[in-house]
Amino acid sequence: MSLFSFFARRATAPVARERLQILLAHERGSGSQSQLVAVLQEEILAVIAKHMQIDRDKVVVKLDRGTEVSTLEIDIEMPAQAASLAPMRTAARA
Amino acid sequence: MAKVLVVTSGKGGVGKTTSTAALGAALAQAGKKVVVVDFDVGLRNLDLIMGAERRVVYDLINVTQGDAKLAQALIRDKRLENLHLLPASQTRDKDALTSEGVARVMGELRERFEWILCDSPAGIERGAQLAMYHADTAVVVTNPEISSVRDSDRIIGLLDSKTERAERGERVDKHLLLTRYDPVRAARGDMLKTEDILEILSIPLLGIIPESPDVLKASNLGAPVPLADPTSAPARAYTDAVRRLLGESVEMSVPSDRKGLFGKLFGRRVA
Repeated sequence: MSLFSFFARRATAPVARERLQILLAHERGSGSQSQLVAVLQEEILAVIAKHMQIDRDKVVVKLDRGTEVSTLEIDIEMPAQAASLAPMRTAARA
Repeated sequence: MAKVLVVTSGKGGVGKTTSTAALGAALAQAGKKVVVVDFDVGLRNLDLIMGAERRVVYDLINVTQGDAKLAQALIRDKRLENLHLLPASQTRDKDALTSEGVARVMGELRERFEWILCDSPAGIERGAQLAMYHADTAVVVTNPEISSVRDSDRIIGLLDSKTERAERGERVDKHLLLTRYDPVRAARGDMLKTEDILEILSIPLLGIIPESPDVLKASNLGAPVPLADPTSAPARAYTDAVRRLLGESVEMSVPSDRKGLFGKLFGRRVA
């Protein structure tokens, strides 16, 4: 019986290898993803700051990675007196 | 020119301190002027592994705060005259270590030594980041075990972003040191293989230290592995790793003590 189970049992190292590859692909991705969001937020803020004063909290950048489709959501809330335009909200989807 | 090397891993208990002492001793045996620096404030152990625990008077924090001169804190090894230890503080809080203080001490050490080996504390917090900040070279110590590989991946990310070199747009030279490796279990499929770990972490391999009772024997005696028994398998593995570090091309193998057929079959088979 013990001899049989010795030959029948499955090697565990390939399981470890696969689990690691999946996990690290995810962890590395999320690291660079949050960096991208931070960079986008800073650059968008800088562009707006050239033309008007804006609260940092009023620029929200969100990135959602899906298996089929990923969405980048940029939400900018402008102060009423900042522009000649009426107060508006812009939402872009990419 | 002096080289600052950090021995790091993220995960605890994988062999950072053992490896710092062993690499330091093997470098000193190769004729280099070496200092090993313990960055694990509050949990110092490098002094024990080096067999110098009763000779500690001043430590790294005393020097960074100007309470002692560097020369007063350095402990010269009794076996190798060009090997020195700068111990960590056992009693002080880890916050007593400042980045300015560390920068000043590293500058002084660069003037006195050819190799400065920094033994990092476990974790990815401030202590580990201070230990790696000035590094030119990093040795990432990894066990063939998933949590250790995952943590090494995190540390590699930090080496690429939170070091002085990274801030200057340069790279830290990173090397993988695989420890506690058992070629027989790897061949049987019950331990991650060298090539699996190399593929996942994608940094060059410095050496493979086999799992061996000689490592515990060396620590019992307070002798770095290459000094406790130079003929032992892990001692030969560390010596080979240092030769590679010094630019020699040494064929990669797992030194073995095994006399059996299994050992002969798998002992020298690696990536």
